[in-house]
Amino acid sequence: MAAGVATWLPFARAAAVGWLPLAQQPLPAAPQGCEARSDEVLVVNVSGRRFQTWKNTLDRYPDTLLGSSEKEFFFDPDSGEYFFDRDPDLFRHVLNFYRTGRLHCPRQECIQAFDEELAFYGIVPELIGDCCLEEYRDRKKENAERLAEDEEAELGGPGGAGADWALPPGSPFRQRLWRAFENPHTSTMALVFYYVTGFFIAVSVIANVVETIPCAAGGRAGWQEEPCGDRFPLAFFCMDTACVLIFTGEYLLRLFAAPSRGRFLRSVMSLIDAVAILPYYIGLFVPKNDDLSGAFVTLRVFRVFRIFKFSRHSQGLRILGYTLKSCASELGFLLFSLTMAIIIFATVMFYAEKGTSKTNFTSIPAAFWYTIVTMTTLGYGDMVPSTIAGKIFGSICSLSGVLVIALPVPVIVSNFSRIYHQNQRADKRRAQQKVRLARIRMAKSGTTTAFLQYKRNRGLEVGLCPGPALSTRSRSAFEQQHHHLLHCLEKTTSHEFTDESTFSEALGVISLGGRTSRSTSVSSQAVIGTSARASGLISSCCPRQSKQRRAIRLANSTASVSRGSMQELDTLAGHRSPGPQSRASLNAKTHDSLTLNCDSQDLVAAIISIPTPPANTPDESRPHSPASDSGEGPGRPSGGSSSSNRGALRNSSLGPSYLLHNTVKISSL
Amino acid sequence: MGCVGGSNCSMSWCPRSCRSPLGHAVRFLFQFVTGTLAPDSVEDEFELSTVCHRPEGLEQLQEQTKFTRKELQVLYRGFKNECPSGIVNEENFKQIYSQFFPQGDSSTYATFLFNAFDTNHDGSVSFEDFVAGLSVILRGTIDDRLNWAFNLYDLNKDGFITKEEMLDIMKSIYDMMGKYTYPALREEAPREHVESFFQKMDRNKDGVVTIEEFIESCQKDENIMRSMQLFDNVI
Repeated sequence: MAAGVATWLPFARAAAVGWLPLAQQPLPAAPQGCEARSDEVLVVNVSGRRFQTWKNTLDRYPDTLLGSSEKEFFFDPDSGEYFFDRDPDLFRHVLNFYRTGRLHCPRQECIQAFDEELAFYGIVPELIGDCCLEEYRDRKKENAERLAEDEEAELGGPGGAGADWALPPGSPFRQRLWRAFENPHTSTMALVFYYVTGFFIAVSVIANVVETIPCAAGGRAGWQEEPCGDRFPLAFFCMDTACVLIFTGEYLLRLFAAPSRGRFLRSVMSLIDAVAILPYYIGLFVPKNDDLSGAFVTLRVFRVFRIFKFSRHSQGLRILGYTLKSCASELGFLLFSLTMAIIIFATVMFYAEKGTSKTNFTSIPAAFWYTIVTMTTLGYGDMVPSTIAGKIFGSICSLSGVLVIALPVPVIVSNFSRIYHQNQRADKRRAQQKVRLARIRMAKSGTTTAFLQYKRNRGLEVGLCPGPALSTRSRSAFEQQHHHLLHCLEKTTSHEFTDESTFSEALGVISLGGRTSRSTSVSSQAVIGTSARASGLISSCCPRQSKQRRAIRLANSTASVSRGSMQELDTLAGHRSPGPQSRASLNAKTHDSLTLNCDSQDLVAAIISIPTPPANTPDESRPHSPASDSGEGPGRPSGGSSSSNRGALRNSSLGPSYLLHNTVKISSL
Repeated sequence: MGCVGGSNCSMSWCPRSCRSPLGHAVRFLFQFVTGTLAPDSVEDEFELSTVCHRPEGLEQLQEQTKFTRKELQVLYRGFKNECPSGIVNEENFKQIYSQFFPQGDSSTYATFLFNAFDTNHDGSVSFEDFVAGLSVILRGTIDDRLNWAFNLYDLNKDGFITKEEMLDIMKSIYDMMGKYTYPALREEAPREHVESFFQKMDRNKDGVVTIEEFIESCQKDENIMRSMQLFDNVI
């Protein structure tokens, strides 16, 4: 469903009639000055091509250029249209975003150009719809990689994938050694070592094989043949020793150089290494008596595992191993279905051939061998059925064998490629999902924060005379109405919305000192930097309120940060209510005359990077608002100083947040 | 397509006599041999996606509701943009409504609202239902609005609001507040609210509230009368 919550807002507000008879308190008045739905057609001229759309369509996303009053900068009064000197082809996609709520990425356009257009129109690229998001990211990554490679080639680096850059000269020997092992082509010594070990692996395997070939035994017992290993025991023993020495040395060196020895010991390659060299050592220490020599001979089988050491030298082997591992379930299923078929046919053949004398099918397990040989179309011929029924079932067996064996093989092969690509895509999506969920959560908390901010700002209207138009102008009509709706719900249930921190604070007992420390510790790094700097300047003129203002700035940074993420993804509405400051406010509210003693306008210098927003809104002002809320109805709170204090508090909430929004704006350019 | 209803389209040409199990088996074998065994499930899917609802003409809607022509146009444009098929079903409705109340769970109340808008109880809200409901709430008299609210509360539409119905409604409203409220929500809050509501509304103390009691009590309540003006300029 396309985003367009603004359409449904009047309906939701109308549905609030259901709360009316239940409300125990009077519902608040509707916001004034909500202009009637002025639905006019706007003309947008992009480099000569005219686009026309309803004003409401553009108003859906007030955080973009076209949705805010920023577009007034581009208005041409002579022609009565908005003129943009940009690419008209790409503008089509931008306009479609407003219409449908989904941003699509054109296939034939350059990703860089598209990005620039989005940045100009104030649309966050993360809003690209699911259908085009993957491709967009792939192309972007490709681009970035290509650019990085080009840069590297220019600088004359060694090039290639992996950690190939030269280590800083002061790095420890251990790190250099590990690097040499992992990337042999970084230094000549490593390369030499790599080839030497490869050579010795080959020599060891060949020696194992040749050991068993029968060499003609000279003279002693006639034409008796014995394996070469028994004929030249010393030679083979020396060769074996040399190989094992080299392998042992390599293993120990790797163990020494490994950054995480535990993980190295558990890795597959080190296990293979260990298994390859252990039989030799066991053979050394086992005394040569006849009981154990049989077991010792069996151990020699494990020497063949040395061939797996080649997988360090071959990328293909590693990929094969990985894909086998990931296809284990398919292989298991294949095995299971084969077993079922074998058992069925073996049973049938056994009973079919039971009557015959001198038959090979002596038992069902004996018939297994026949079934396997027939189904895999080998047909050795050592067991053949002789009865007619046996022959019929035997032919059915071989026909179905073709099916059972041949069918899963392409499935597994396609599974291999599918699983391989899927794994890559799944990892990407998982990372994106986390980011997406985080953004949704941030957006939701942003709405709540905005509403709480609205409630605090309402105190401004009550306590401070010259400013009722200020706060209303600073929020869009949609926000006002949405907040009014939430306010009605509060009045109906006689409970108020709060945020998590205030809620848990109300449950527990927290001292004032704890509160302030928490509010400062909660902020992200960048905000701490700015708030420290800002509070330094503020504290010079307003020491009492600097702490509160710092805390409030945290809240506004939450709101402003989530403003960027307000432009929403497909699940939530695009027209989220952003923080109390929007682009419209930025342009409209240029010189608000706030009765603030300290002019904190010159703190704009700070640039805030927006990684993670601080989690909570401040709690200092919390205790004030219930008092102010309850004080609203039956008259102003008495005591000019207390009201002005509260009023000033509200003031300060607007001041630094306004400048904070400035800084956010700067960083987003 | 040629076959309406029925799950097995291939049986439409078969006379009654061969519906026996033997006929089934023979037909199965035949289809097995000739390779036509797979049922045509693709055709069924076409039924669903082309459901489209067009509202009656603009003039008729103008007569039935109290909106002006321009207002109807604006409303319809927004509605059609969100629901190109012309109707809203319950899931969509819940989704839409939940966007306004991020903190709590508004699905139960959205269901009740949906049932209130869906006047012909066919499981979907068309544009006419939508506009008719809005017309009553936003342009109707105070009695009309109270009537609508009563209809909302009366879950089984039998003309009486019982305590259980009211409790359901109250709980769903409190659910929308979510967990983080001030003061903290207690378990008994909905029930207490229901009690006070019944105390106010139920004149003859018979445990149910009828429409006359409801309207009478609401008209006596100044708060409610004053808050009714809320809805005058929503659109």
